[in-house]
Amino acid sequence: MMNSSRVRRPELVCPAGNPAMLKAAVEHGADAVYLGFKDATNARNFNGLNFDERSLAQAIELAHAHGCRVFLALNTYPQTEGWARWTAAVDRAAALGVDALILADLGLLAHARERHPELRIHLSVQGSATNHEALAFYHERYGIERAVLPRVLSLEQVAQVVRQSPVAVEVFGFGGLCVMVEGRCALSAYATGQSPNCHGACSPAKFVRWDETPQGLEARLNGFLIDRYAPEEPAGYPTLCKGRFAVGGHTYYAIEEPTSLNTLELLPRLIEIGVAAIKIEGRQRSAAYVAQVTRVWREAIDAALAAPQDFSPHPQWLAALDRVSEGASHTLGAYSRPWK
Amino acid sequence: MNPLSFELVLAPIPYFWPRGRVLSFYEAIAEAPVDTVVLGETVCARRAELRLPDWIALGRDLAAAGKRVVLAGYALIESESHLKWVRRLVEQDEFAVEANEMGTVRLLAAAGRRDWIAGASLNVYNPHALAQLHEAGARRWLPPPELSRAALAHLLEGFTALEQGTIETELPVWGPLALAHSARCFTARHYRLQKDACEFRCLAHPAGLPLATRDGADFLVLNGVQVLSARPWSLMDRLEEVTPLAQALRLVPAPEGTLERIAALDRARRFGEMPAPEPESCNGFWYGESGFVYRAPSSSPLAAR
Repeated sequence: MMNSSRVRRPELVCPAGNPAMLKAAVEHGADAVYLGFKDATNARNFNGLNFDERSLAQAIELAHAHGCRVFLALNTYPQTEGWARWTAAVDRAAALGVDALILADLGLLAHARERHPELRIHLSVQGSATNHEALAFYHERYGIERAVLPRVLSLEQVAQVVRQSPVAVEVFGFGGLCVMVEGRCALSAYATGQSPNCHGACSPAKFVRWDETPQGLEARLNGFLIDRYAPEEPAGYPTLCKGRFAVGGHTYYAIEEPTSLNTLELLPRLIEIGVAAIKIEGRQRSAAYVAQVTRVWREAIDAALAAPQDFSPHPQWLAALDRVSEGASHTLGAYSRPWK
Repeated sequence: MNPLSFELVLAPIPYFWPRGRVLSFYEAIAEAPVDTVVLGETVCARRAELRLPDWIALGRDLAAAGKRVVLAGYALIESESHLKWVRRLVEQDEFAVEANEMGTVRLLAAAGRRDWIAGASLNVYNPHALAQLHEAGARRWLPPPELSRAALAHLLEGFTALEQGTIETELPVWGPLALAHSARCFTARHYRLQKDACEFRCLAHPAGLPLATRDGADFLVLNGVQVLSARPWSLMDRLEEVTPLAQALRLVPAPEGTLERIAALDRARRFGEMPAPEPESCNGFWYGESGFVYRAPSSSPLAAR
């Protein structure tokens, strides 16, 4: 489809939840890192995570010294009362010299474009754009240069979007898997009042309660029983959509199994269809996670670019990724649709 | 209570009903005191008991019965074939369009339409975002489910202060909350079927598939690729909190009780008769709390004032 002279080298975009993770990403071969401020302005607003102005300045300096770009996620939706805080975050990021802002809110997009016309803007996955017409909307009006696609499209659908998109396309390659269209999910808000869109958090830890009961270990989210585990069963974090529920007399993972995304085997195809960047999820994880995942994906991307015909994921890569992944199993998510 | 003034809007049917049921439902609606009827399939592109020309024909019947008619687009566009459908939706200019994703917005704006409705999934949380959609031609909008009454009031004050023109606000007053949307079909998953060979099992569940926690609490409803709240959202018992903020009130069709709810809302505007409290409903988002929460009218933060 695409001849080799036009093959695009996809950028490896890694999570930096703190300075140690940033250092791990930079040293293990990330082309770019993404991070957020220590507040609700980004979609990983967790205790002990993220950057203040000072640590962001140092992060940018370290990353740039290694030829690594820094993207700042400001991808929650500000409400009227918080507007000044979000725009101040945009202005602060621009002043510090980030390489791109990752935005979702239409108002913030307009603000960034107007006040910082030179600043590169990426559309966040929280913007829920799944087709080239939507990408054209954000491109024409706000000059976005890249968009992160929600994890709901199949590989062929991604290819279709890339072919007609006016902007570069970034896709998720590895890590936690949202089964819902990102930016469109109020499940956590319904159960806890806290949401990815407004608070930068899904199924937050402060609402989680573990109880040993005669029926087994129970995981509750603000009182709702998300799952119950038999004595030998491994217990996972009670993310709302990954629990077991009763539907029509059956109890099962009614929405999604607690698996995570790994698209390593699709890498040559992702390169062939022309995705501009592959994103690793996990700003809430550890420096060890970032080091391991970045190292494997760096090696894999380089191998796939050098010899796409011969590419197959090395068993040691997969073993290394398995050691750090959440949940016991991996899935190709929507890219290959066994459920379709 | 004094009589209230508002436009009564009937939302699209969120469920997959057989064609005959849809047509007889709207035959009854033609006689009911709703002002505006929003038609179309918004949830799943595989649901095709009625196709676009059928919805348009139905729209003409309802318009002849004196209703204002709006055609709604899909909430999720996954492919070029879905986009073709959206282009046809935008090309017809007989009825206004409700946009539920940004590709539809782009096509409406490019066609120069200045009459469209920005659906709740477009994520308008502040006046600046609303101004962007207004500039693109939206003349009515719906807030996302999470937006509280206080946040909505601030947003509308802020929008007025921007002096960008006017836009009408439409607020749902009854219906299960549309909490999440996926490409994956949870109904097909329940039946261990693949989505593309789903045998249209949604047809057997006119109000979706109830999902309960393992200790038996009603929690959610699986509606194909969509997840709804088990408790319906209701502001019917506190309309006096709603009407200062919205010109239009929206009601979601359900297998039971829709005509009764329409009649109750109509009595509220004609005679000021307040619908009875619904303790099995939810209104937490209205007060900035968890969505599932129900506050009785007497415990509304506004009740004491």
